[in-house]
Amino acid sequence: MDTVILLLCTGLGLGALYFLVASGLSLIFGLMDVLNFAHGALLSVGAYAAWWATAQAGMDFYAAVAFGTAVGTLAAVLLELALIRPLYSRPRDQILATVGVGLAVPALLMGVWGADARPFPQPSGLSGTVRVLGAVVPVNRFVLMAAALLVLLALRLFLARTRYGLIVRAGVEDRAMVTALGIDVRRAFTLVFAIGGAAAALGGALAGLYFGSVAPGQGTGLLIFAFVVVVMGGMGSVTGAAVASAGVGLVQQFANYYTAAGLGDLSVVVLLAVLLLVRPGGLTGRLA
Amino acid sequence: MTAAAATTAAATPVLRLDDLGWSVRGVPIVHGVSCGVREGEFVAFIGPNGAGKTSLFNLISGIRPATTGTVTLDGTDLTRAGVHARARRGLGRTFQTSSLWPGMTVAEHVRLAAQAAAGPRASYRLWRRAAPYRQEVADVLERTELAHRADTPAAALSHGEKRKLELAVLLVGDPRIILLDEPMAGVSAEEVPALTALVRSVHRDLGRTVLMVEHHMDVLLGLADRVAVMHHGTLLALDTPDAVMADPTVQDAYLGEEL
Repeated sequence: MDTVILLLCTGLGLGALYFLVASGLSLIFGLMDVLNFAHGALLSVGAYAAWWATAQAGMDFYAAVAFGTAVGTLAAVLLELALIRPLYSRPRDQILATVGVGLAVPALLMGVWGADARPFPQPSGLSGTVRVLGAVVPVNRFVLMAAALLVLLALRLFLARTRYGLIVRAGVEDRAMVTALGIDVRRAFTLVFAIGGAAAALGGALAGLYFGSVAPGQGTGLLIFAFVVVVMGGMGSVTGAAVASAGVGLVQQFANYYTAAGLGDLSVVVLLAVLLLVRPGGLTGRLA
Repeated sequence: MTAAAATTAAATPVLRLDDLGWSVRGVPIVHGVSCGVREGEFVAFIGPNGAGKTSLFNLISGIRPATTGTVTLDGTDLTRAGVHARARRGLGRTFQTSSLWPGMTVAEHVRLAAQAAAGPRASYRLWRRAAPYRQEVADVLERTELAHRADTPAAALSHGEKRKLELAVLLVGDPRIILLDEPMAGVSAEEVPALTALVRSVHRDLGRTVLMVEHHMDVLLGLADRVAVMHHGTLLALDTPDAVMADPTVQDAYLGEEL
């Protein structure tokens, strides 16, 4: 029973991390038809910025997370303005450009701070464990879950209640028609990139907490599962991504524990294949 | 406005087309169309498939650039203006095929259109709530008889309701000239009278200038002030419905075809 609860919490914590990456990825793809392979790099930027702020610059943990998120957001906006925007009518070049950034950023981080994982300072309040129904669970799992839930809630409020959110939702369904109404949808693109970058960078900063260290390849590793989550949840659906994230995180943890290690990753792919065979549009039924 | 001024305003056309034409790789799709539409007038465009009716609407609304001739609105040459610029000057249009966001509700459609009509700044004030548009949205939904469907996603609407919603999206932008491209297409026979009545009320009660493409002559009778007959991309005739029906050239062009 203890093991099951620990696996549940760890799986949901990992799922929360996936969600932070996938929510932005999903919105960006839904609205702009851009497969952003540089999204993992944004997570790494957030992770290293937060690590630098706390380990090198001596900021306290919460300020460092805020700093990492801000740097990641800025990086996302720059990426959109400098690389994505000039290539809107050339989707293939766009993919190549984002793949390039996705490779270059980890290489740059490696060049500056080395290939080895750097230990991420754990704040005393969040480094311990708590007892949940008899199981000993690290507190950081709950921090991740809380952060993901907050992001989900904020995104849903933004999409449902604000004028900008309405434009984003309409754009996800049919971009050309938003333009036909006389709305310059490109401004929404930059905003969605900023939101996605912020969520991913927050994920990066919190990933340092979850893994205990930051490493150059972390973002790219998480990105693969984030893509699986986006496809499962239905492209462009934030709630779908949340459900799929939880599912993927749980399946991965349980499969890794109860079968051979490494089978967790495989079972996620099997899960994706089965889901796509049964519901080709993903959980929310949207066409990918 | 004095009576004399009103007469002058009625006499000068609000929309003028001069020798308007559009060719694709040298093949003329629309050719030499010239006409004027007066403020508050209802002009129906008829003609067989491929006669260039929708293409003409594309030239007027700016979706396609005219290869010859000019489009003038209120004395301003709009031939080179884009779709947005024309929409801002009061040209609104619907499309032959339904153009809605299936997952969004009826009220959200109208709200987005209201937001777009209020200008870019209103749309992009980030955290502003949509509440200020509530009254505007409610009014338009009331007029288009969609108030009871406000929270229904567009995908769940009947064809007739979808057409009404397109009209609602158009009306909230308060256009002066409305281009309707086959508003009755795909609509079930039971829904046609209600939709016709709605189009009539937009024209009569709101006093909008309406240009409409329609295949069915019976719908047009009692709606249109004048009927424009398109044939092979040219304007064959433009006159009152009775005069057009009696026109021998029109009858020749439609030999064996019922108007």
